[in-house]
Amino acid sequence: MAKVLMKGNEAIAESAIRHGCLHYFGYPITPQTEIAEYMAKRMPKVGGVCLQAESEVAAINMVLGAASAGARAMTSSSSPGISLKCEGISYIIGSDLPCLIVNIQRGSPGLGSIQPSQQDYYQATKALGHGDSQVPVLAPSSVQELADFTGLAFDIGDKYRTPVMLLADGALGQMMEPVELAPEGQAVLPEKPWAANGHEFKRKRNIINSLYIQPDELEKTVLERYKRYEQIEANEIRYENYMTEDADIILVSYGITSRICKTAVGMARQKGIKAGLFRPITLWPYPKKQLLALADQAKKFLVVELNMGQMVDDVKVSIESKKPVCFFGRTGGMMPSPGDVLKAIESEGGAR
Amino acid sequence: MSKIVFQRPKALCDVPTHYCPGCTHGIVHRLVAQAIDDLGVEGKTIGIAPVGCSVFAYNYFNCDMIEAAHGRAPAVATGVKRVLPDNVVFTYQGDGDLIAIGTAETVHVGARGENITIIFINNAIYGMTGGQMAPTSLLGQKTTTSPYGRKKEIQGNPIRVCELMATLDGTAYCARVAVDTVPHINEAKRAIKKAFQTQIDKKGFSIVEVLSTCPTNWGMTPKEALDWIRTDMIPHYPLGVYKDITGEDEAK
Repeated sequence: MAKVLMKGNEAIAESAIRHGCLHYFGYPITPQTEIAEYMAKRMPKVGGVCLQAESEVAAINMVLGAASAGARAMTSSSSPGISLKCEGISYIIGSDLPCLIVNIQRGSPGLGSIQPSQQDYYQATKALGHGDSQVPVLAPSSVQELADFTGLAFDIGDKYRTPVMLLADGALGQMMEPVELAPEGQAVLPEKPWAANGHEFKRKRNIINSLYIQPDELEKTVLERYKRYEQIEANEIRYENYMTEDADIILVSYGITSRICKTAVGMARQKGIKAGLFRPITLWPYPKKQLLALADQAKKFLVVELNMGQMVDDVKVSIESKKPVCFFGRTGGMMPSPGDVLKAIESEGGAR
Repeated sequence: MSKIVFQRPKALCDVPTHYCPGCTHGIVHRLVAQAIDDLGVEGKTIGIAPVGCSVFAYNYFNCDMIEAAHGRAPAVATGVKRVLPDNVVFTYQGDGDLIAIGTAETVHVGARGENITIIFINNAIYGMTGGQMAPTSLLGQKTTTSPYGRKKEIQGNPIRVCELMATLDGTAYCARVAVDTVPHINEAKRAIKKAFQTQIDKKGFSIVEVLSTCPTNWGMTPKEALDWIRTDMIPHYPLGVYKDITGEDEAK
C-alpha cells in the first residue's frame, strides 16, 4: 500500500479506526486535539461514534462503558488531562477492560506548557491509577510507529484484558511524516463473552466490577491479574538496539528523544567515540534483560530524556548497577539538539 | 384453586438484602425489576450501579450489570448506550453520587438527551459512609458533617434535581416520586415504568427521583422515617411530573 503524508495525531486516529475502534471519547487539549477533530470528521462516515465529553473524567468513564459493552474504545489526552483520567483508568484496570489511552505529553507540572515533553514517564509506568496495577506502555518514535502501535495496543489490550497506553509527545503528535496505514475494513476483533451487552436469556448475566468487600476475594483478583502481567512481560517486550554491538557508551532513550540520540551517536562515531543507543519501546514492561545483556560490554550508560531523569532508576535496576549511569535531559518543553547530546556523550554523560 | 397474586419479579435475584432494616432501597429495587419484567426487557438491559449504598445493586438485578466510580455512572451509561443503542441502559444513583461528585456527568446526559434512564435515590444523606451531609440534605438537618444542622451560610442550600434537569432540552421525562405510602409507591411504579418506556421509544433522557428513607443514619425508627418524608422532605421536594415530552403526564 502507498504511503501517505500525515500528522502524527491524525495517523493515530485513522489507524485506530482501521483497527476496528469505532468508539472515541475525548476532550480538547493541546497538543493532541487533532485526534478528536479527525475522529469527529471520520467516525460518522464509518458508522462510528466520536463524542466530545464534558470532561476528561467523563471521557474515560465513557470508554469504560463502551469497553464493558464489548467495543474497541479509546480516549486521548495530554498530560494534565491524563491526570484527570487516572481514577477511571484504575477502575478500568480493576474491571479487566481493554482499551487504548493515548498521552501526547506536554510540559508539566501543573498547566505547564504545550511543548513536547516526556515528564509523564513515572505516571505511565509506575502509577497510572491507585492500587496494585500496571498498564502496558508503548513509546513510538515516528508517525509510522504511532500508527502501528495504535493497532498493537488494541491487540495487546484485548489479549490480556488490560488498558494500554500509547505514550508519545507533542513533537510526534504534531509532526508530519509518510506513513503506511493498515488496510481499511479488515480488522478482526476477538469475541468478548464477558461483555455486559444484554444476556438475552442465552447466558448467565455478566457483571463488570472492581469492588470486592471480602479482602481474600480482592487479593485473588489482583494475583490473577499479576499472572497476566507475567505473561505480558514474557511475550510483549519490545526494544531496539542501534550500534550497540561494540559500544563503550550506550545511550538509553525512547520516543522522540531516541531520534535525536541516533543522530548524536552517528556524530560521536565520526569523532571516534564508540557510542550506541538502546531504545526501550515498551516502557512497561521494561526490557530489563535486554539492557542487562549490554552491561558487561558497555563502560557507561547515558540516559537521555525530556524530563529530569525519570527513567534512570529503571536503567540502574535493569543493569543491576554494574556500570555507571549518567543522565542528560531537558525539561519543561525544551528539546535538546543532537549537538547537545554529543556534548553530553563527550563529557561522558555528565549532567549539565 | 389458589392463584399467585404477589411474587418476586423475575428481574430481581433471590438473595438476602444487605440494606438496613426500614431502608426503602428494597422497594425501589422491586419497582425497577417490575418495570423490567413488565416491559420484557431483562435480556437486553444493562444496569449501572455507582458508589453509594446501592453500589451492590449488581447483586440484586438479573440483567447484565456494571459497577461504576462515584458519580460516573451517567458517563459509563453513555459509553454503553453509544455501543448498544437498541439496548436498555439504566443507572441507579444516590444523591451524593448524582448531584455532588457527579453533577457534571448528570447535567450533561440531560443536555445530550442521552437515551438512558436514571433512577435517583434522594434520601438526603450519605448512607454508605455513615450519615454525612448530602447535597440534598435539608436546611437544619443534622448529619455527622453538619452536626449543628445544615446552615445555608456555611454548608449552602440543598439542590432540587428534577427542577434542574427539567430545564434541559434533552430531558424527555422527569418525575419526582416517594415510597412512603402505598399510593405513592404505586405512583413511583408508574413513573419508573414510564421512564423505561420513554427510553425504549427512543425519546431521550429520563430520570425518576425517588424520595427514600435512611432510618439508620437519620436516627429514626422506620415509621418515623416514613413520616419524615411526608413532613419534611416532600414540602421541600414537591412530588410530580416535571417534564414529559409525550404530554401524557404534564398536567398532573
